[in-house]
Amino acid sequence: MATTSNNPPLLEVKNLRVEFPTRRGTLLAVDDVSFDIAPGEVLGVVGESGAGKSLTGNAIIGLLEPPGRIAAGEIRLEGRRIDNLPYEEMRKIRGARIGAIFQDPLTSLNPLYSVGRQLVETIQTHLPLSGSEARKRALDLLKEVGIPGAENRIDHYPHQFSGGMRQRVVIALALCAGPRLIVADEPTTALDVSIQAQIIALLKRLCREHATAVMLVTHDMGVIAETADRVAVMYAGRIVEVGPVRDVVKHAKHPYTKGLMGSIPSLGVRHDRLTQIDGAMPRLTEIPPGCAFNPRCIERGQRCLVERPDLMSAGTSRAACWLHDRGGVGAPVAQELVDA
Amino acid sequence: MATSSALGGWLHRVTDSDVWWSFKSSPMTVAAAAVTFFIIAVAFLSPVLAPHTPFDPATLSLSDGLKPPVLISDDGDWTFPLGTDDQGRDILSSIMYGTRLSLEVGFASVIFAMVLGIALGLVSGYFGGTIDAVIMRIADVQLTFPAILVALLIDGVVRGLISVQRHDEIALFVIVGAIGLSFWVSYARTVRGSVMVEKNKEYVQAARVIGLSPVLIMIRHVLPNVTGPVLVIATLNLGLAIITEATLSFLGVGLPSTEPSLGTLIRLGNEVLQSGDWWITVFPGITLAALVLGVNLLGDWLRDALNPKLR
Amino acid sequence: MPDVPLPAGNANQFVRIAGLKRYFDVSAPWLVRALENRPRQIVQAVDGIDIEIAKGETFSLVGESGCGKSTVARLVVGLYTPTAGSIEFDGNDMAARHSRSDMAALRRRMQMIFQDPFASLNPRWRVFDIIAEPIRAFGLSSGKADLERRVGELLRQVKLTPADGRKYPHEFSGGQRQRISIARALASEPEFLVCDEPTSALDVSVQAQILNLMVDLQRRLQLTYLFISHNLAVVYHISTRVGVMYLGRLVEVAPTDTLFRRPKHPYTRMLLDTIPDLDMTGRQRAPVAGEVPSPINPPSGCTFHPRCPFANERCKIERPQALPIEGGTVACHAIEEGRLPIEDRSYAAAG
Repeated sequence: MATTSNNPPLLEVKNLRVEFPTRRGTLLAVDDVSFDIAPGEVLGVVGESGAGKSLTGNAIIGLLEPPGRIAAGEIRLEGRRIDNLPYEEMRKIRGARIGAIFQDPLTSLNPLYSVGRQLVETIQTHLPLSGSEARKRALDLLKEVGIPGAENRIDHYPHQFSGGMRQRVVIALALCAGPRLIVADEPTTALDVSIQAQIIALLKRLCREHATAVMLVTHDMGVIAETADRVAVMYAGRIVEVGPVRDVVKHAKHPYTKGLMGSIPSLGVRHDRLTQIDGAMPRLTEIPPGCAFNPRCIERGQRCLVERPDLMSAGTSRAACWLHDRGGVGAPVAQELVDA
Repeated sequence: MATSSALGGWLHRVTDSDVWWSFKSSPMTVAAAAVTFFIIAVAFLSPVLAPHTPFDPATLSLSDGLKPPVLISDDGDWTFPLGTDDQGRDILSSIMYGTRLSLEVGFASVIFAMVLGIALGLVSGYFGGTIDAVIMRIADVQLTFPAILVALLIDGVVRGLISVQRHDEIALFVIVGAIGLSFWVSYARTVRGSVMVEKNKEYVQAARVIGLSPVLIMIRHVLPNVTGPVLVIATLNLGLAIITEATLSFLGVGLPSTEPSLGTLIRLGNEVLQSGDWWITVFPGITLAALVLGVNLLGDWLRDALNPKLR
Repeated sequence: MPDVPLPAGNANQFVRIAGLKRYFDVSAPWLVRALENRPRQIVQAVDGIDIEIAKGETFSLVGESGCGKSTVARLVVGLYTPTAGSIEFDGNDMAARHSRSDMAALRRRMQMIFQDPFASLNPRWRVFDIIAEPIRAFGLSSGKADLERRVGELLRQVKLTPADGRKYPHEFSGGQRQRISIARALASEPEFLVCDEPTSALDVSVQAQILNLMVDLQRRLQLTYLFISHNLAVVYHISTRVGVMYLGRLVEVAPTDTLFRRPKHPYTRMLLDTIPDLDMTGRQRAPVAGEVPSPINPPSGCTFHPRCPFANERCKIERPQALPIEGGTVACHAIEEGRLPIEDRSYAAAG
């Protein structure tokens, strides 16, 4: 179990499956994904493009774009199922209990309304406050997220803010109704490096102060290393490893995670060649049987070709890899070398 | 051998594509396509299929004049299934030849407008600056005139300049030119917009790094990427061009009665409409409507099919 | 094509950029300005850059968005003409009047790789034609069979297959398209490649493959790289020397080890502080105040002074000159005046 204390988990995702019916057949984009988030915890969900992490986030907020749909599984927020709610019910939950932060601050804010108006509107939708109370709350939030001169800027329009400032406004918007969980999808990717550091620090601090849990979806391992308490690594629609962030980053148990960490250039010993994983993540239509990673895995064995591993205990983390099973991987099979 | 396998490969790509699938899954589009292509096929095969040659005066006889359509007349004569006009010309054959002319004018004027519009749009979008400003201002001025008016203007000028017989001979070219000149603006603007987007893309910059001349880059690199919207406009314009030509002919300033198009036929029939000989106007009218409707429906479908956001 | 012998520079100054400036006029149209009495607005995208690249080395230009590094890349390959300053390639001034064939011969020797793998290949062309285009344009092949051989060889060099030539770009992944871009850039047998953020749009594992490929190719074909990036960690691994840009100016240039171990300019230090700590050493990322100002209205004097903890009065008025120091240069008053000590940094994992 992911939660260590006796508190029930804030968010429980069980065996989630997200499908896309297309004319060429049904694509399985998220395949039997299960994880929990404890209250106040920051869970990082990391993976490369196409791994299914954004779709998982969207499924939780209830913003899957049709024809994508949740085909199986359960999502429970504070014990209550939210994946099968009708649109109106989900709308009330979104904002009030779950907040969202998306990648592009330009499109997250309505360019035609002032920042203050958008905040007040969201606040009043979910909280029984009067207009002036809501505006005061909005002002307080803007100050909390570090907008200088908030009293004036509350009536400014989004285009009058820079990228970093806009993302701060988006964070304020996500927090304004006091949600217990925030789903942040690549919140810093579109920002400059120096601003990224600021925004990450802000997010961390605010969530700790408001006791809000965060599901942080990103491809940037650096952001995860700095912000998350635990991290789940996704590959081809599945979770391949999950555990405390320090353990996963420094002592990865799944060969994909090991390869991924090796590919990331970092300061320290200077190498000419980065570790590379040959090949590419399979397309949704071409996921191999057995372990999805097996064609690219240097440690694979016979068992990996046919049996799909579930998450199993591997020290302090859990990894979906037969290497950690008593039965092992079977006879070694040479890797098929195919470049991306 | 190589060409047939290349053709087979291309055919496979077409039938496997999203566009074909969206075509097959819309019954209305399939019906529209069937009707349109049927009309076009019959029209272009009219020398072979038409039972009579209505515009050869030698084959006409006034005694055949004003015969009603076979199904409503007392002495059903299948020689003239849709009846005849006052000169004894078979309506069915007239429609076939007339449709062919309407289509010729339609296609020719669309192609003319397309070539002119694409060329000007390419130049305008790629070079920008003063050239762009000049071309766009000319386009703006042109847009303030309705197409009919422009066509009337050009036609009137030409008529004033040359004799009536000579005019009848070149009427086709004058009409094509007039209609084409009134339509080029939409192509130019669309292409200009697409060019302005494409020219900043890295593949164009890569071509510039190699040192290719702007003309080569425009034709080889940019043009193939801006043809999508052009195709849609062309299909929709075809219907409009046919109607415009029909209107001009109806007004008497289009194709002459020696070489009538559908519009001319409608006009000729209109003159005897009062006396109750309705078939001379109505059948060409129905054909015109069916053709333009079919073309427009196809254009609508094409626009939606080529729109990547809707796929 | 017979090669007209052009003057050759010395190997240390294979590419020499001096006083390079590029200004963009983003003023409102004349009528609007006249009616609303608005001034002209000029963006000083590149404001006086001096760089020397030796043959065979990888010179990286780093900075955040808006600093002008992409503009420098485009100036070097000739996509923009400089407002001032000069670019010399192997001793030849690129702005001087050359005959068409001389110019073509010079262009052949330098090529560019772009950032966006989706926009850098013409979606309507087959891969074969995309790669063959430079060969055809420079007249390098002796016939159809030779052309096919060359293109096949280039595809193999980037770890694709000759059969891939028949496909269209959309049938490939981002990493594969970037390989096709590299193959196209190599088609004219260049000596100098300008790489504008070639891996920024790729996933991390694909980035590693492409970077390794580029390093291998450099060794095998003796290429010189001008590498533009905003990712300091990538730059750390592949560069010989690094230049740091801020708002159109070079604030520091140094050999890679020196830059990372002993950063001098306050902006360089700040940038290094923003690199995430993947070795989990617990090193604190010190978030820096402020944001990059708009290049239309840059601050006076040293453009970094509003964000600099070490700025004094002189920094607000006087633009600092580039001082030679420890094998590189720095443009900073605080360093010049000795106010700012230079310390060693280490990034080794704590344990």
